[in-house]
Amino acid sequence: MKFTFNINGTSQTVDIDKNTPLLWVVRDVLNLKGTKFGCGKAACGACTLHVDGESVRSCSYPIHFVEGKNVRTIEGLADGDNLHPVQQAWMEEVVPQCGYCQPGFMMATAAMLEKIPNPTDDDIDANIVNVCRCATYYRMRKAIHRAAEIKNANS
Amino acid sequence: MKVFIFLTAFQKTKIMTDSNNKSKKVSRRKFLVRGGLGTLGVLAVGTYVFRNPMRRAMYELAETMVVPYSGSGTEANLWIEVGNNNTITLHSPKVEMGQGTFTSFAQIIADELDVNINQIIVKAAETTTGIIDGMSTGGSLSVAQLFQPLREMAATMREKIKQEAAKKMGVDASSISTADGVLTANGKTMNYSEAIADVTDWTLPDTPKLRPISSYKYIGKPIKRTDLRAKVVGEPIFGMDAEMPDMLHAAVIRSEHVGGTLKSADISAAENMPGVVKIVQKDGWIGVVAESYAQALAAKNKVKVEWDVPKKWTEEDLRAYLKVGEGNMMITQKEGSALDEDGEDVINMEFTSPIGAHAQIEPNGAVAHVKDGKATVILSTQVLGVTQKQVAEALGIDATNVNIIGTYLGGGFGRRLNTSHAVQACQMSEAVGKPVKYFFTRKEEFQHDAFRPPTHHFVKGKVNEEGNLESLEHHYASGDVAMNSVIFPPVMASVLGSDVGAMRGGNIMYTNVPNYRAVQWHKTLPFATSFWRSLGLLANTFAIESFIDEMALNAGKSPVDYRLAMFGDDEHQNRIRKVIEVAAAKGNYTDKANDNRAMGFAASIDAGVPCAQVVDLSIENNRIKVHKVVCVMDCGLAVNPDQVKAQCEGSIIMGISATVHEKMTLKDGQLYPTIYGPYDMALMRNAPKEIDVHLIQGVDVPLPVGEPPLGPIGAAIGNAVRRITGKRLTDIPLTLG
Ligand code: FES
Ligand code: FES
Repeated sequence: MKFTFNINGTSQTVDIDKNTPLLWVVRDVLNLKGTKFGCGKAACGACTLHVDGESVRSCSYPIHFVEGKNVRTIEGLADGDNLHPVQQAWMEEVVPQCGYCQPGFMMATAAMLEKIPNPTDDDIDANIVNVCRCATYYRMRKAIHRAAEIKNANS
Repeated sequence: MKVFIFLTAFQKTKIMTDSNNKSKKVSRRKFLVRGGLGTLGVLAVGTYVFRNPMRRAMYELAETMVVPYSGSGTEANLWIEVGNNNTITLHSPKVEMGQGTFTSFAQIIADELDVNINQIIVKAAETTTGIIDGMSTGGSLSVAQLFQPLREMAATMREKIKQEAAKKMGVDASSISTADGVLTANGKTMNYSEAIADVTDWTLPDTPKLRPISSYKYIGKPIKRTDLRAKVVGEPIFGMDAEMPDMLHAAVIRSEHVGGTLKSADISAAENMPGVVKIVQKDGWIGVVAESYAQALAAKNKVKVEWDVPKKWTEEDLRAYLKVGEGNMMITQKEGSALDEDGEDVINMEFTSPIGAHAQIEPNGAVAHVKDGKATVILSTQVLGVTQKQVAEALGIDATNVNIIGTYLGGGFGRRLNTSHAVQACQMSEAVGKPVKYFFTRKEEFQHDAFRPPTHHFVKGKVNEEGNLESLEHHYASGDVAMNSVIFPPVMASVLGSDVGAMRGGNIMYTNVPNYRAVQWHKTLPFATSFWRSLGLLANTFAIESFIDEMALNAGKSPVDYRLAMFGDDEHQNRIRKVIEVAAAKGNYTDKANDNRAMGFAASIDAGVPCAQVVDLSIENNRIKVHKVVCVMDCGLAVNPDQVKAQCEGSIIMGISATVHEKMTLKDGQLYPTIYGPYDMALMRNAPKEIDVHLIQGVDVPLPVGEPPLGPIGAAIGNAVRRITGKRLTDIPLTLG
């Protein structure tokens, strides 16, 4: 079946089984490898991206739900060369270790900041529930607060 | 001298193979010897009961694990490549798995080459074109091992560049000065690329004198990770992101039961599924190759397999099988006389730890292409050389025809010291004649991990009238860690008689206690167990440091003072003592609980690196909530203090996860759980909001940093809980019941 949607500002049409997880369309068909596979069962958050601005675990999100919608992946988070406040903060705080989980965390954070511009620690605990095995949570929390600051100063 | 004995044992074969390649034997030995010398000052002093000097030497080495670099090339031009546009590429013999090694390497060579760090690109070397570590990337050793060799390579390369520039500029090499990748003499300048362009004679000059550490611009500074931008913009740098043209996808079926063997398989329904190219049946596994991953997975579910399961293991079976008093016994430490174990005044405490999963987020996998007797494999691995050999053996081809291309790793933690799945990818590629990409499902990751083995411990002691220890013994049982692993020669097992990985942290560091012993019991388990970040350290330190805390409480003394009194007075013990004193001060340690909040204290030494931690936690809704951890570690020269701190922060939270949350269980012959969530791990909400790391430089060479901070955390948590509840927690994961 054919599905048409917008991804990082470009319209795309794919012809694929309707239950194919969005993750594999993004990674293998559209060749955007920034969105990661970790578990395939919506349990780790490595595959987090945005569908119409909402955080979605794309490994468990069938492609037919995406018809006519806007998808954003880590590759589309920056505005050209201008990194998103979340990415800027991540660099300032030197968050990534192995880096594998980080796109998922950054996408989850970016979506949260649209809804909660000044998250408290409790907001962060409740909303950022991805898994990082390198356990970079300590720096991530600092980076989330910093990202909120950068974003609010820009707007 | 200890290191030399070890080296000669391993080097014989190395030197023989060396005569077959072009590398300069003389300088190679020089590096190895220097690597050894640099570490002598930090070797822990232990007392061993072995008469065999070889065994004794290997034990001492194994305990510190400061093994000199074992790669085989010393040609600076194999490591360092000067490219166009004045870029410098380091072909790293070690991989980057998050530990920040590439950044430290860039700092090290930038300083000796005298270039700007932004000019440097660090890449994992490939097995056929670069120098890769003969053993592995692991043991927290990358920077410690390569600090000296890398500086020598870079200095030699700089000298070569100067010589070539001298010819081109018509000046004497000694009149040339270097800065930021530019050579200057008599007012003329030339960059490194220009100097080295057209050079065909790669005879290298002697290694010049290294610069004093104090003159370095990058070493010792908190330089930002060189892979930072790639990692925040989501560049495809991992094994999972690799592709080859015209590639097919595969999914693999293996036994879900421990020890299960393939009895029969019906592939007829699967063969007719859309996209299926071939179903490959091998010994113990079945591979489904299809055009897309989704198709391979769908077809996999249609294969009907019957397994022979000789025994359905349960947790009770495991505990009865693995315990102190069973299996191979080895006394790994002995001073004074042994405890009379039946004596009335003996205090005896029992501890356990569970099977631990690596749970790294990037699954294991490989992209392989086998064609015309040659194999190319791209994968995340800590053992490029070993994987090359495994593939060559399985395909019956020469290792020189196998190229293993290492990528960035989405976590290592020891899991990728076992990457024999490269063989499966190759066999499937051979069967279909095209490149094949294959990776584990999360369930396969959890069921076919090479786990941290479960452990069982008795810590026993006898105290005098003041409550001070007269005797202290640690008896511990573990499955394989280093034994039967691909990175140690099998001879090691027979020489050592016990498992040096399980031993990490198992010996007593309090050498002022008059009588002490450590006794290991070892068994191989029915499922694979192997290296898990810090090896035995996590569980062994938990047992010993929980016991010490109990003895301090028993004596009515501060656990800090109680520990300090148990050290002698030499350089080694002074380093541990200092770490303990500084941690107590920086953490404002107090022994008193405040309602449901208290502090816990513990210390350890691993790989010559002492570490002490103060944990501040409370109990909320019957759960442990860690608020703050103060960590003091003497890691020698920190090449990148910011990344050393990152390793401490990560280790601390991973340690909280492993000691408070995680547990694999054997049930009805299978390992559970098989997914994140049920395999409970620390998340953001479980991570302390404050982590305060203080580094001490007790020696002036870099020491291992990625594992030692996992030592104290479990015991420190248990010790804090003891002050709130009055109850001693003895089983990991620590739960309040
Ligand atoms: S891969 Fe989607 S949540 Fe883990
Ligand atoms: S940075 Fe490695 S898993 Fe998060």
